[in-house]
Amino acid sequence: MLVSNLLFGLVLGGTYALVALGLSMQYGISRIMNLAHGEFMIAAAFCAYILFDYANLSPLVTLFIAPVIGFGVSWLIYTVMMHPLVKRAASRGQLEADSILATFGLLFVLQGVMLVVFGSDFTSYSYLNTPVNIFGVIIAASRVIALVLSLTLGGGLYFLITHTRWGATLRAVAFSPESAPLVGIEVDKVARTAFAIGGALAASGGVLVSMFVTFSAAGGVVFTMKALIIVIMGGVGNLMGALVAGLTLGVIETFVTSYVDPGLSLASTYLLFIIVLLWRPQGLFGSARS
Amino acid sequence: MTHAYLSVAGISAGLAVLIMAPSFLGEYELGFMVSLMSYVTLATAWAMFSGPTRYISLATVAFFGIGAYTVAVLNEALPYPIVLVVAVCLGALLATFVGFATLRLAGIYFVIFSFGLAELVRQLITWFEVNITGTLGRYIFLPFETQHIYWQLLALAVVTIGLGFWIRRTRLGLALKVIGDDEVVAAHSGIALARTKVMLFVLSASLMTLAGAIQSPRWVYIEPTIVFNPTISFLTVIMALLGGATRLWGPTLGVIPLLIIFEWLSASFPDHFSIVLGVLFIVIVFALPKGVLSALEERIAKLRKERVT
Amino acid sequence: MLKFTRRHMLTGLLAATTAFGFAAVPGFADDRNSVKIGYAVSKSGANATGAGITTIPNYKLWIKGVNASGGLELPDGTRLLIEVVEYDDRSQTEEVVRAIQRLATKDKVDLILPPWGTGFNLAIAPLMDKFDYPHLAVTAVTDKAPEFAKRWDKSFWFLGGGSDYAEALADVLGASRDAGKINNKVAMISVADGFGIDLVNAARPALEEKGFELAYDVSYPLGTSDFAAIVNDAQSSGADSFVAFSYPPGTFGVTKQAQVAGYNPKVFYTGVGGAFPVFKKISGGQQEGVMGIGGVQSGSEAIQEYFANHTDVIGNPPDSWASAVTYTSLQILQEAIRRVGLDREAIAEEIASGEFETIMGKVSLENNQLRSLWWAGQWQGATFAAIAPADSNGAVAPVIPKPAWR
Repeated sequence: MLVSNLLFGLVLGGTYALVALGLSMQYGISRIMNLAHGEFMIAAAFCAYILFDYANLSPLVTLFIAPVIGFGVSWLIYTVMMHPLVKRAASRGQLEADSILATFGLLFVLQGVMLVVFGSDFTSYSYLNTPVNIFGVIIAASRVIALVLSLTLGGGLYFLITHTRWGATLRAVAFSPESAPLVGIEVDKVARTAFAIGGALAASGGVLVSMFVTFSAAGGVVFTMKALIIVIMGGVGNLMGALVAGLTLGVIETFVTSYVDPGLSLASTYLLFIIVLLWRPQGLFGSARS
Repeated sequence: MTHAYLSVAGISAGLAVLIMAPSFLGEYELGFMVSLMSYVTLATAWAMFSGPTRYISLATVAFFGIGAYTVAVLNEALPYPIVLVVAVCLGALLATFVGFATLRLAGIYFVIFSFGLAELVRQLITWFEVNITGTLGRYIFLPFETQHIYWQLLALAVVTIGLGFWIRRTRLGLALKVIGDDEVVAAHSGIALARTKVMLFVLSASLMTLAGAIQSPRWVYIEPTIVFNPTISFLTVIMALLGGATRLWGPTLGVIPLLIIFEWLSASFPDHFSIVLGVLFIVIVFALPKGVLSALEERIAKLRKERVT
Repeated sequence: MLKFTRRHMLTGLLAATTAFGFAAVPGFADDRNSVKIGYAVSKSGANATGAGITTIPNYKLWIKGVNASGGLELPDGTRLLIEVVEYDDRSQTEEVVRAIQRLATKDKVDLILPPWGTGFNLAIAPLMDKFDYPHLAVTAVTDKAPEFAKRWDKSFWFLGGGSDYAEALADVLGASRDAGKINNKVAMISVADGFGIDLVNAARPALEEKGFELAYDVSYPLGTSDFAAIVNDAQSSGADSFVAFSYPPGTFGVTKQAQVAGYNPKVFYTGVGGAFPVFKKISGGQQEGVMGIGGVQSGSEAIQEYFANHTDVIGNPPDSWASAVTYTSLQILQEAIRRVGLDREAIAEEIASGEFETIMGKVSLENNQLRSLWWAGQWQGATFAAIAPADSNGAVAPVIPKPAWR
């Protein structure tokens, strides 16, 4: 019982972490609070669905296509929309307010376009909804893939950021965009790349999630909100934090469902989030900086 | 001095027109004014705390929803004015908790904290209703017509703006200004930082709670998903930021154009509402970086300058 | 000061539009050449999915059909085309309330069609009553329908109450338990919102009365995305019947999870969404035997024609619960207009007392409520066939046990 709940929780948490990774990159490094994050995921999910349904293309193949598109589109959005805001922002607070307003608009545009193109129906398909036996616990293969990928992507990027030269520039930009240029870092270029990587992560998350979650054109906000909670709980800009926070929320939710009351599962995640913040105001892995 | 007299005269005349509004406005236009007054209250109350302290709160709907829900639960058990008092007390109680959280959290952490809190409140109320009372979905049958709700909300909006005006004139307002500029300086200059922030947050939240309580009889049927709709929190923030959160009349000037645009869009583009709205938002961010009020003032200042030269 | 000039402008503007609006007295000139029908539905926001499946397609289908045939027929045989005024309520109650005020006092439409959802229909009910519009509350499931029908005498309730569905399910389960097909235990989950709670509150006493034991009975919050733990616990409860009073994302999630876990109860019942055409895709083509809310009379030619027509015009088949009822309500309205014209008082009276030929057969309302409904259905072959009430004309026998997931 304990083993099965732990595994169910980790698999669910893997999905949560996957949802949050992209936003963590975008907000942590490029400092753009992208409220349209969920819409990117939904768009990728629709992409996977259409290709699967009409072209019989496996979502696992789409998993290689969608992130490329996600990267390109995000790169473009940063260049056209965000860059002017970053340039004119006098302070971090100003950029935060501006990016919230601008991406709030973007959210509506994307959602509206998807409503027109795909309609408002619930969309769902069945792929790899086949049982996999792990330690005697039966889990859907699609969900296991999502967990493995979120661990790989999250862990891999974390390693790159903490152990490579490229990662060091990212960290420099995240930590102090004012002084990064002094050591020859092109802040703008780094921020744009990080934003685009975030978009690619969101797209891959969307494709994976589409295999087992019911989605609709209007449902992006749910993903964004979950992602925000996880990113903040983990600590802004810390991918390991997002990973740990996502997994923790998944495990807690499953345990409460099984041992306490399913009716309190979502309440418990919000409660945990609030307690963590009151205990560590900068998130689990956040660095204390004003 | 004449300017001050003129202001008072203008305000009185405007208020008189607004009070008389139900006699010359149709049902629909009055319905629009109900939304207007509700959002003027929410946005002004929001800016009362968030303008000077720069804390962006997404907990608006937690208070608004508590107000509405209290009326739904108690409207048959207690007389209406007492229900309102109970609602305000509950809202203030929650606000005290959130207010103390502001002492520890800053920036985006507070933003998402306040959002999480609103969701937590919704989840807990749902759980309580399902498991303890066994009813979800409550009815409000109060004998209010549109104009009755309008007058109450108008009064609340006036009180809210009045309070905002008064706070600006007192030591409290000055203290807040210093806090917004620099917390360290504020602490050194002997301002009771904690008490000031919490007090103001409780005040702002109480007004939001009342707005929800007063408006709820319009909906007849109340469910947590209906009254704790996060859209309300988002719209409040957007309206206040759009108008200019640091100014007394800023939020009001954000509310009016946005509500008119919403109304026009949902009628003219029922199928493309989201797209047009989104594009408008993006345009606004680029065109009016400092909010409507500042943009208007800059324009006026420029005109005056041109006239002088 | 600036503020007040602006506000003056605004109020002036509003006053002017009102003055113009009221200049036209709400009586109708004889030389009209169209009927104005208005509605506000959720085209965006959280309710867009529900409205997008059940309400909007049927409005479109009906209006298109009527206008293609030359328009709404009046008692004197003349036909008037339908002119549509539509608003997006953005899934906010305040918006839907205001939209109704706008339709009634500003657009002065001849008729108003209802929004989607129980809450929204209740929110507009007092206004529809105040402005004297017949209110066809279709997508509203409430046990208080009889009370509301009395309170607002021009309101009509088309989808029954939670207890109707719960009791019908208890009957189905009771009969098959008595026949020795299933054991005495039921595992039941419900979504924590008005709809789920209404149903589960009615189901508990109904099942107990039939002598069932509730081996598992929990409610889960709206927005739950993972059902692994819940299905696991239901599976170990030893019940032969699994009942989920769920909403679409939950219905789909719990179905997929049951398939993965190899959970094969003899009765698998889901709430809203089980009767959606997309359910076939979600279950990977293994929908056979799954029960749920609603159902259609699979043998009826009128229903088959409606399904074909809907698929043709809208692009996908309708759901097998509230869609046909929505369309039926529109047919009733159309026929009432043909009999009594556009006088709203007379229309309401005709709807309340008349008998109508619809895709659901001959129907008439009892105390302003449609009661000849299908309370439970089951996937049998390509259709979601009605199984309860078992004694109604056209019901098929339920297949129990359900074939195992492959």
